[in-house]
Amino acid sequence: MAQTVLHTAASRGGADHGWLKSYHTFSFSSYFNPERIQFGALRVLNDDSVDGGMGFGEHPHDNMEIISLPLDGALQHKDSMGNIATIEPGEIQAMSAGTGIYHTEYNKDKSKPVKFLQIWVFPNKRNVDPRYDQKKIDAPGQPNQLVQILSPNQDDAGIWIHQDAWFNLGKLDENTAVEYSIHKKGNGAYIFVLEGKVTVNGQELDRRDGYGIWDTENFIIQANTNTEFLIMDVPMEF
Amino acid sequence: MAKKTEILVIGTNEQIRETVLRLLNTNPTWQATGVGTNEEAVAKCKETIYEVLLIGAGLTDELETQLTAKIKAIQPSIQIIPHYGGGSGLLFAEIYLALGTNNEA
Repeated sequence: MAQTVLHTAASRGGADHGWLKSYHTFSFSSYFNPERIQFGALRVLNDDSVDGGMGFGEHPHDNMEIISLPLDGALQHKDSMGNIATIEPGEIQAMSAGTGIYHTEYNKDKSKPVKFLQIWVFPNKRNVDPRYDQKKIDAPGQPNQLVQILSPNQDDAGIWIHQDAWFNLGKLDENTAVEYSIHKKGNGAYIFVLEGKVTVNGQELDRRDGYGIWDTENFIIQANTNTEFLIMDVPMEF
Repeated sequence: MAKKTEILVIGTNEQIRETVLRLLNTNPTWQATGVGTNEEAVAKCKETIYEVLLIGAGLTDELETQLTAKIKAIQPSIQIIPHYGGGSGLLFAEIYLALGTNNEA
């Protein structure tokens, strides 16, 4: 029987630094909740808003797969490997921090906030060579289909990371549904609602709610309104 | 004055190690010390009782395994944990979980 966990939007940790407003699904920085550490290899799910022209100064990372998914606005990235890039909605960025990397992240637009998800996944190997990548997200082949945006495989759709993880974006019209099959035995799926309302496994979810499901092979996501959501399929043990 | 929780941090990247130490030492109840090699870590553990050894980036799997065995032989009760992320994001939670408490100041 499927096991599940619900994290409502209102139950997330929060941080307001003035220029940065962030909601943490899992313990992060000064937000610590021992019951909210991770969902399998998914360790960080931050829902960030950075004021115009502001951003994160140079800071290090190591041994983590860091994925950024812009929702509104443009995020500028510079790193110690010489990468300078801007990502916008419709694109995804991944950084394997490995043995160590430094980077800055700024809102390129001075006039409005940039909103994005920052997602950290534990790597399946420590101390890999650092790498950076970004890609445009493919449009769905047909309406109301999922689009894969991340996988462990360099030759698969979307970006790749050092973990047996698959991410899919869904954009469904009201009263439609999709079935999702978990990619690998031992993985679970974490559904994060970006917009609208859905029902998964009998659980109604609102905007920015998160819902983890594991010990199952597949499940159905029913759109109760026009909706957008992210499915993160990750190892539960790693 | 209460004794501080002693934390030893090992990592080969000096700049990241210094960042981690600076962040840990913002907690007035913690005393974090950094080293860059297994030999330095072993030497420190012969001088000071540490509650936590945080293994940062840069050691090979073999060196991490050797280090764990050597440190456990000197200090059997030490909590040895790998560090992930390289900055403030996960650091405090890693220490709280290792200590089994949230002793945030």
